[in-house]
This record gives sequence, structure tokens and C-alpha cells, in this order.
Amino acid sequence: MRDTLKWGVYMQFSRRRFLGTTAAVAAGVTLAAPSIRAQGAPVKVGILHSLSGTMAISETTLKDVMLMLIEEQNKKGGILGRKLEAAVVDPASNWPLFAEKARELITAQKCAATFGCWTSVSRKSVLPVFEELNSILFYPVQYEGEESSKNVFYTGAAPNQQAIPAVDYLMESEKVQRWVLAGTDYVYPRTTNRILEAYLKLKGVKQEDILINYTPFGHSDWQTIVRQIKAFGGAGKKTAVVSTINGDANVPFYKELGNQGVAAKDIPVVAFSVGEEELAGIDTKPLVGHLAAWNYFMSVDAPENKDFIKKWQAFIKNPKRVTNDPMEAHVIGFNMWVKAVEKAGTFDSEAVIDAMIGVAVPNLTGGISTMMPNHHITKPVLIGEIQADGQINTVWQTSGLVVGDEWSDYLEGSKDLISDWRKPLSCGNFNVKAGKCGGKA
Amino acid sequence: MNRLPNFLAAIALVLAAFLCAAPSARAQTLDETLARFATDRFPDTARAVEEIARSGHPMALEIVEALTDGRLAWRPSDRRLYVIGADGATRAAETGKAEPDSEAAGLRRVRVNNPVRQTIAAALGVLRLNSADPGQRRVAAEAIMQSRDATQAPALEAALGRERDARVATAITLALAALRVVDPAQPESVRLAAIDALAERGSRDALVLLRSIPADAPAAIRARAERAAAGVERHLAILGGIQNLFFGLSLGSVLLLAAIGLAITFGVMGIINMAHGEMVMLGAYTTFVVQEVLRAHAPSLFDWSLLFALPLAFLVSGSVGIAIERTIIRYLYGRPLETLLATWGVSLALQQAVRTIFGSSNREVGNPAFMTGSFDLFGIALTWSRLWIVVFTIAVFAFLLFVIRYTDFGLRMRAVVQNRAMAGSVGIRTNWIDAFTFGLGSGIAGIAGVALSQIDNVSPNLGQGYIIDSFMVVVFGGVGSLWGTLVAALSLGVANKLLEPVAGAVLGKIAILVFIILFIQKRPRGLFAQKGRTAES
Amino acid sequence: MIVQRLAGRLGLSERIFVAVVVALCVLVPLANLVFPPGSPFHVSNASVVLYGKWMTYALLALSLDLVWGYCGILSLGHGAFFALGGYAMGMYLMRSIGTRGVYGNAILPDFMVFLNWKELPYAWYFFDWFGYAMLMVMFVPGLLAFVLGWFAFRSRVTGVYLSIITQAVTFALQLSFFRNDMGFGGNNGLTDFKDLLGFPVQAQSTRAVLFALSALALLGGFAIAKAIVSSKLGLVLIAIRDAETRTRFLGYRVERFKLFVFVVSAVMAGIAGALYVPQVGIINPSEFSPANSIEAVIWVAVGGRGTLTGAALGAVLVNASKTWLTAALPTLWLFVLGALFILVTLFLPKGIVGTLGAWFADRRGKP
Repeated sequence: MRDTLKWGVYMQFSRRRFLGTTAAVAAGVTLAAPSIRAQGAPVKVGILHSLSGTMAISETTLKDVMLMLIEEQNKKGGILGRKLEAAVVDPASNWPLFAEKARELITAQKCAATFGCWTSVSRKSVLPVFEELNSILFYPVQYEGEESSKNVFYTGAAPNQQAIPAVDYLMESEKVQRWVLAGTDYVYPRTTNRILEAYLKLKGVKQEDILINYTPFGHSDWQTIVRQIKAFGGAGKKTAVVSTINGDANVPFYKELGNQGVAAKDIPVVAFSVGEEELAGIDTKPLVGHLAAWNYFMSVDAPENKDFIKKWQAFIKNPKRVTNDPMEAHVIGFNMWVKAVEKAGTFDSEAVIDAMIGVAVPNLTGGISTMMPNHHITKPVLIGEIQADGQINTVWQTSGLVVGDEWSDYLEGSKDLISDWRKPLSCGNFNVKAGKCGGKA
Repeated sequence: MNRLPNFLAAIALVLAAFLCAAPSARAQTLDETLARFATDRFPDTARAVEEIARSGHPMALEIVEALTDGRLAWRPSDRRLYVIGADGATRAAETGKAEPDSEAAGLRRVRVNNPVRQTIAAALGVLRLNSADPGQRRVAAEAIMQSRDATQAPALEAALGRERDARVATAITLALAALRVVDPAQPESVRLAAIDALAERGSRDALVLLRSIPADAPAAIRARAERAAAGVERHLAILGGIQNLFFGLSLGSVLLLAAIGLAITFGVMGIINMAHGEMVMLGAYTTFVVQEVLRAHAPSLFDWSLLFALPLAFLVSGSVGIAIERTIIRYLYGRPLETLLATWGVSLALQQAVRTIFGSSNREVGNPAFMTGSFDLFGIALTWSRLWIVVFTIAVFAFLLFVIRYTDFGLRMRAVVQNRAMAGSVGIRTNWIDAFTFGLGSGIAGIAGVALSQIDNVSPNLGQGYIIDSFMVVVFGGVGSLWGTLVAALSLGVANKLLEPVAGAVLGKIAILVFIILFIQKRPRGLFAQKGRTAES
Repeated sequence: MIVQRLAGRLGLSERIFVAVVVALCVLVPLANLVFPPGSPFHVSNASVVLYGKWMTYALLALSLDLVWGYCGILSLGHGAFFALGGYAMGMYLMRSIGTRGVYGNAILPDFMVFLNWKELPYAWYFFDWFGYAMLMVMFVPGLLAFVLGWFAFRSRVTGVYLSIITQAVTFALQLSFFRNDMGFGGNNGLTDFKDLLGFPVQAQSTRAVLFALSALALLGGFAIAKAIVSSKLGLVLIAIRDAETRTRFLGYRVERFKLFVFVVSAVMAGIAGALYVPQVGIINPSEFSPANSIEAVIWVAVGGRGTLTGAALGAVLVNASKTWLTAALPTLWLFVLGALFILVTLFLPKGIVGTLGAWFADRRGKP
């Protein structure tokens, strides 16, 4: 942070901070390799989650989880004998600001790894920064796939770890024949619905039995659409709604469902973006039986989970605070990173990235999650029904763990692509038909 | 053409019904049935529900009802089944005898999922058909109609024979019609009568049944069903139109509610009040706090929570408004564009304040009983919450008109707006009128927040979602005209809802914005332009 | 000669401004590229990107000040012109990726491939040619401003009404660009750029040059704006700002003056957007959000409306404090920012530069 520029508030402030902080930053100025630093100097971990703006609603919790995990790790003595220090910034739900803050975390604050982002666009925005500076990002949210970066570890679900098992469940257990794919108009729902459409047709569902509907962000008036769903579902065949509706719009959507009397036993709604946190804002009594598909539910009966919930509620000083899937993803991601650093014996990102593949840690549902060569992890898929107390109870789960599939087999453009970051291939989009790595021509 | 699959489905349904019925016809021991509940597998549970419903066991209804409420439990050690009462007392499911010593802690609840819930609904239909409560009997008949379980026809016939209540009798007739219309064993006249009954019902499920007449049915039946279906369809289309109109009015009243406070602070006072949305948000959070307090201290009053919240929200938002006016805005009169800057700052700070106090996630605001669910008016489903919001909006609008027209404060307010200097010189304390006018606008925004908390997220971002729409409404209606705001909000609401089914929600919204942009070019001062000297600013 | 005449008209603050921007334009890239990291004169790579971004924001603020400060048109939709310029640049950058995208499709950008688009939409034609893209950077915002201004000024839509319809325009554009069917990448927008005219956008030298170009654009924008406002035309504009009806009665075709300056301003905003995109690496519909445009208005107000230099200074100051506060006080920074806006409005009604200018003039007036 030593600049020749002598103008503006920026300089003053950065200098004050420069004088005020520890020697680690001072040492960092010289761009010395982290391993040369004095033993015991804290290592920074970046936390890049919006604390204000539209996404604060979901992301603030993840910041708190990270603070808790770092605190716990420090109690255990840190990593490689060095304490961890959280570097929290607020990218304010502003996508270009995400890129700027990512750069700041990596270059100015010298973070060894960063945990952050929620929306796909924020990840897309910081991706070039992480690749350019060769740093590490852990991305904890379920997403549309179609991406694999050397510098990003995707601990959330890919579409095959959420959407497809959910549809399978509805087909087999609830004998659903007619499908409403309702989503917010952005890339995740578009891609997921495209994958699902292809998958449903493969399973023999006809075009006239699929209704696709998109709504704008923050849509709050659901009267017409809920009526449409009722009409579509009243055609004599068992109908289900597959909802990729984005966070904020869900509350009014579910309220309208409840008020118009769309009961789960008639037209079940399975959601991919609704978890315990979102449900905490709604009276769930009219919603009992609607479904959610995730890789973790707070209600899962596993000792690891009970332990985590206890620690979390003590940390946040609220015995009613809920936990959700992206939180579990951060827990897994963080533990994997700790293990990988210990395995590599250094915080150097190149070494840690190599060490990450194959690292296995317990997840919170009683299994072991492993980092695969495509930088996605193995997870169980759980289908749950919403209960009157706002919890989601598992009604079905995959017998084993599912490997995240970054390039969907059901999309024309990506069915021939695979990703494998192990040497010597080291490629995020290897075309198995053409036998070469894309993006390098 | 597409009737063939329906036909096949119908055959399959009938077959399935027979298959399900077959095992129950065999002498099943009750123990076996009850043991199925204790396997912790959903298909077993569903089968057990079916069996117990047909068993005629005296505890059957109680067991199924307990299962619905999650009060049915089993003991892992010996797989015995217990019903837990609402008071927590345990009774053996088989005998109904109280067994207080079977400790509740060791029991596991029988879980249900959607397929089980469906079975339960059908089973309750069977079990409740003989209930003493006419309401339950009607629900039971409707459940059977939904399940289309052909084996229930004799039970329905018997029930119809002894039914005294006319409404229940209609429901049973309809359920019978639903079973008979697809039943080839019935004589033609009976099936034709069933078609007529269904046509009269005119609902969507009737339409489905009419459309599912098998292709091999006699020509007369098919023709009658065809005609009836067309009639029902026409009827439904008309209803759909009316329903859409109601949706539009409801959206319009939400817009009006959100905008009406702004019509005062921005329309009348000329302050570009970017913190308006946050006043709405404060109202919503007041509702949340009121409900929390009631939940903790007086749960019986919960249904009245909104009534308590209304004056409080008015006071909270109103006094915050007055504070903003006294500390900031009063220095900015005559510089309207700078009010935008300052109130934007206020809005940022208020959002963050709420985020700091209440956290950034959504808060749960419950709907009181009178605002949940929907009711049927000539076949149009109206949701109570929406209906009450329409009524509430009208009341707020009338209240505001009354205050401005007929109260002393309203008179002074109009005087200050029309000619500040003159009003001041006849002794009106203009600066206090300004403060209270801003307070009134903010307070109205606060009570709008109470209503919006019923249908939308209660989060720090609540206000942001309404601010742009509110400005559009006020400008479209004509700045300074309350009636303009009313007409603008309702017409935008209806236009939006009429466009939505055609163009989709996103395009519909864009089309409305483009329309407003073009309209302002045509009438630069909105629908109801202020005339006279004060108009030119 | 023009330069000389212009220079002669510059006040003290403006001279300082020009000197600072020229110095930055030369020194920052130099300090970044010539001095090695660790040297006390080194400007870090991150800072170059950051300063470059601020320069483009400053140009946006300058363009807004031209219409608001000198002609009284408060546009709450200037972000739309900025974003349109950005999209035009983004489309060029996307097309220039060519077969290096993850799917290796030579024609279609990645987001079209995985949403199964088969053909390039018409709007994307010719964008692989840099000259055409640059033309569009100026043409598209200019055209939008022309159409909007043509109708609005002729119908004498003024004041708040004009502000609100500009807001409606940017909001409508935001919603449109959100739609994936529009073919501009939907919510994610355009990203993952590779190179600009063959120079990799992530290379440090490219960044330094982009910074220098942004600073030059700011200077150029300033020169044009200054030339306009200090000409006779500028006097008419100020007359329109202060008493539009009177000016019209004096025989001036008010709407033509307004239209001219509105279009010039929109083109400037478009260029700012085009320079912004390769530096931040992404363009998406959130740039159209009304809040962004309002923020730009706030930069101008903080720096000083009707001062040009103030607008640029305000943009840099507000963004610098945002950069600092979001890291230093991540949970409290909105309070500070909110308070800043309120205090500036209350105590510095003319903005920083305006107030300072008045203060200096005052001191000089007194013996």
C-alpha cells in the first residue's frame, strides 16, 4: 500500500492503516514469499461476502460462519503454528466492487485464501482476478455449473447434485407427470431449467407437459403466476413445480401459494434456493410438505451436525439461529483448506491448489466429502419436506455420494467437456472428442 | 387425440383402485396393519392408512387424524403404536386405553410425506363421511371426488340417502357424478345426469372429468360431455378475466398504498424523498416487533396484532419523518434536488440501522387468521390478505382525503402549500405545518408498511423494492394530485396484470415503464396536472 | 490555438485539476512499470486498476455536471449511457475472445453456447471490428439521448418529471438487459475478457495504458465541457438553467440547446463506460440500476455542481472513501457514507470545490 500518489483521502487512510497494523503487512509490502515470514505471524483469510445491499440477506450469515471457523482453528493452535486472521470486507452486493475487493484482499491484505461470493455474477466478476493473481477462492453456493477454474473450489452443488435427483424423486415417489419450471430470469435458473428440460424429455415427458416461467428479480406479485400454476396443475395429471426462484422473491411466492391454497399434496413445489434461513422469514404452516433439495439440512441427525449447530448457536449468541446448506459448504471448504495447507506444508497457493485434490473431510451429514480433480466435491443429495416449525426433514436421500458434474451431460455445448486439474492435464475444459484443452488455441 | 392417454390413465386408476382394494378384502389382522405404521417406510405407512380406513376399527379416525398432526408414535423396542393427545397424554392406538407409564421420550413419531398425505386425505374422506359435523362431511365428499376412488360409490350412495344438509348433498352428488361419469357400467341416463351435474359445477376439476370421458363411450355421452366441457371452458375464461381484474386492482392498491405517502412528501411538499421506502420498511418492522411482543406476552391477542401495529407504525414512521424534517429537510426548502441527496443519505443510514438492530435476514411477520387463505366468490378465488389490503387502501385514502379537506390541520397545510408567505402572514406557523405534513406522509408510509409486511419480505431491502414504482405512480398521476395518484396506481396495476399473462412478468413491467415514458412526453405534468400559477415551478 | 484560448480561461482550481490529471497520466503508469515492487515510488498493480476506475467515474460525473450543473437537466439515468458504452466495449471484447472461450466456438460467446443459441443475434454483428465497436460506444448512448431528448425537450418535460423519466429509462433498460432472451448475457453480463486489440487485458502494461487513456479521456472531456460552457452557447445554457421560460421568450430555441448538450454528455458517459469495462473486467445490468445513477448525481453534488472539476473530484473522493470504508468499517460504512451525504448537503451546499472557490473569492475580495 505504499503509493507515490499524495492526493485524496485514500492515501491518508491507507497510510494510517499502514502504520497501525502489524509487521505482517509491512513484510508483505516487499512481496516476499509468505513462507519466509517470521514463524507465528498471523495468516490472513479473506471473507468476501456482501454485508449490505440486496445480497446481505443471505451472505452476512456466511461471514459469521467463517469468523467462527477461524476462531475455532485458532483455538486449536492455528495452522502450521500460525494463527489465522479474518480479513472482512463489504463488497456491498455490487459486482464490480467484488472484483475490486478481491484484488485488495489478495494483493494488499495478502490473504492466503478467500472464502466468498454468493451470486454467480459475483463469482464471474472475481474469477479473472483470482486467476490473474493465482490465489484461491472457495465458493459455497449451489450454482449452474458450466465452469471450472484452477483457482476456484466449488463446495456448493452442481446441477446434478441437486436438480436432477429432485426430479427423479418426484417422478418415482410422487408420480409427477407434468412440470412447471419456475425461475427468476438469470443464468442459474436458465441453465438449470435447460438441463432439466433436456432430462425430462429424455425421460419421455412431452413438451406440452412442461411449462417454463421466468420472473424478474425481487418479483413480489405472484397472483397471476400462482393461478397459472393452479390451472396448469388442474389438468388431471399429477403436477409439480420446480422452483429456481431467487431468494428475495420466495417469501411472497410462498405466501401467495399458501393463500391460494396450493397444498403440497396436490401440487408440490420443490425449491433449490430455499433453505432454513429463507424459511425463517415465513410462517411455514401452510407450506408443510413442499420440498427442498440440498446437500444438507439442519434437521439431519448426525453427531457432527448436532455439534456444529451447538457451536454455531453459542457463537452467534442466539439459540434459535438456523443453519443451512451454504454454511455447511463453507465448513467443508474451510476444513479442506486447512488439511491441504497442512499437507502442502505451506500457504503458497500453487502448492495448496495441488494439495487440495483428493483431500477428504467429514461433512455434517455423517459422510466424508472429497475434493475431486474438477474442483467440485462429493456430496449426498437430500430431498426434504418443509415442516411446520420451519425445518426441512429428509424424506429421501441418495444412497451414496454424488460427484459434482461441472459440465452438464445434458447440454449440447458441454457434453463432451471434462475438467481435470491434476498434472499433467491441468485443464478446466478438456474436450474428450477433440482431445484437446479448450481456451488455449 | 390427446384423450387416449387420459383414458389409459383412467383405466389405470380404476385398476389401481381394485388392486388396492383387493388385499384389504382379505381378512387382515389389525396387528399387521398397525405394525406397518412402525416400519418407518413411507409406502408401508400409506398402505396402513388405506387398510385402517377400511377396517371399520373404532380408533381408525383417531389414528389417521393423529397421523396428520404428527401425533402418532411407535416404540422401537416392540413396535407398538401410540396416539399422543394434544395434552401430551399417551394412549395405545389399538385399544384407545390410556397408558401413562409408556414414557413419551422413547417414542418415535410416524413420519409422513406427500404421497402419504394424499392417502390420508382420501382415507379421511372415507372415515369422515359419517361425521356428525356437516362441514366435515362436505370435505369428505370433496376428498373422495379428488381421489376418484370408484370403490367408494356405494358408501357415497348410502350417505346421500341419509343426508339432510343441502350443501353436503350437492357435494356428495358431485362426487358421485365424478365416479359415475367415467364408469362404463352405469346406464346412459345416469352418466348423462352426471355430466349435467359436473357442467353445473363449472370448475376446473369438473372440466378435467368431462374431458376424460373414454373414446369408446356412447356417442350421446361423448357429445354431451363435449358440449358441457366447452361451456365450462367458456365459463372459466370469463372467470379468469374477472380474476385478472381483481389481481390488477389488488396490485394497484399495493402500489397506491406504497405511493400515497410519497404523494404527500413529494407530491405536495416537493421533496424528492428517497427515504420514503425506508419509512415503509420501518412500518413493517414495527409490525414485526408488535407481533414478537404479543407472541411472548399475550398470544391470545395475536390476531389483533395488526390493529396494534397500525397506530404504532404511524407514530414510529411519523416521528422519524418529523425528526428528519426538523434536522435536515427544513434547511433545504427551495432546493428540491438537494433533498434527493440528503434523503438518499438518510435512506442508506436507516437501512443499515435496521440491519444492525434486526439482522440482515428476513423477519417473520405472521398473518392473522382473518388474513389467511382464500374464499370462493362465484367461482373466483379471492385471497383474504389481498382483499383486506384493497379495503385497507381505500380506508387510508379516505382518511387522508378527510384530513386534508375537513380538518383544521388540512386547511393550514393547503394554505402553506398554495402560498407560503401569505399563510405565514395570517399567523400559520408554517415551519410546524411543514414538519407535520412530512410527518403525515411518513406516517402513512409507515402504515403502508404494516399492510405490505403481510405479503412481502420484511427485510432491510423492503423499501428499495417500492421506491421507484412509487415515484412512477406519483409522477404518472400528476405531482400534487391525490386523485391522480389513485387513478395512476390502479390503472398501472390493472394494466400490468392484463399484460402479464400475455407478455410475461418481465416484459410486462418493461412495457409499463415505456408507456409511462411516452405518456409523460404527451402530458408532461402527468394525468391530473396542477393548473394555475403554482403549477409552474 | 484553441488550447491557448482555453487555457486562458481556466481558473485556479481548473489549472490545478489539469496539472494533476496530466501528472497522473504520466506518473502512475511510469511508477507502476518502471519502478520495481518494493521501491518507495512503486504504484501497485491493484492501485492502477483502482485509479483507472475512478478516472472513468470522474468522466461520468463530469458529463453529468455538464447537463445538470450548466443546463439544469437533472438526469437520474446517466448510468444508462455509461452502461451502454460499456456494453458496446464488452461486446467487442467478447467477440475478440474467438475460439479461446471454454467451448471453443469461434462466433458465439460462451454464454450463448451453453444456453444453446445457434446463431449470433443481429445486434452482435460487426462487433468483432474494433472501429465499429468504438463507433457504437459513442453512437448508441448518443442515439438514446437524442431520441429521449428530442421528445422530452420538445414536450417541455422539465424538472422532476424529466428526472423521473430518465430514471424510468435506465430502470427499463436494466430489466431488459436482465432478460436472457435479449442476448446480452442476462444477469451475469459479459465477462472473462481476453484481450483488447491484441493486448491481453490482464497484462500490467495494458492496464497502465488503459489508465493513461482514462486520464486522457477525462482531460479531453474536461476540455470539451469547458469549451462548451465558456462559449456563448454556454451562456445560453446557464440562462436556460436559471430561467428557461425567459430564455425561450428571448427567442432561443431552448430545446435545441438542451438536446445538443444532452447528447454530448451522453457520448462522454458512453466513452467513460467503454474505458471502465476492460479495467474492471465485467459489464452487467446492475450498471443500469437507478441507484448507480443517483450515486453519480451525489458525486457531482459532493464535489460541487456547476464546477466541472468539482464533479471529477467528488467522484474520486466518494469512491475512494467507499473503497477505504468497505474494508475498514465493513459493517458501519453505510452510516458514514450516509452522514457524509447529509452533511455535505447541509453544510457545503455548493459542494467542496464550489465552497472552496467561494471562500477564496471572499478572501481575495477583502484586503
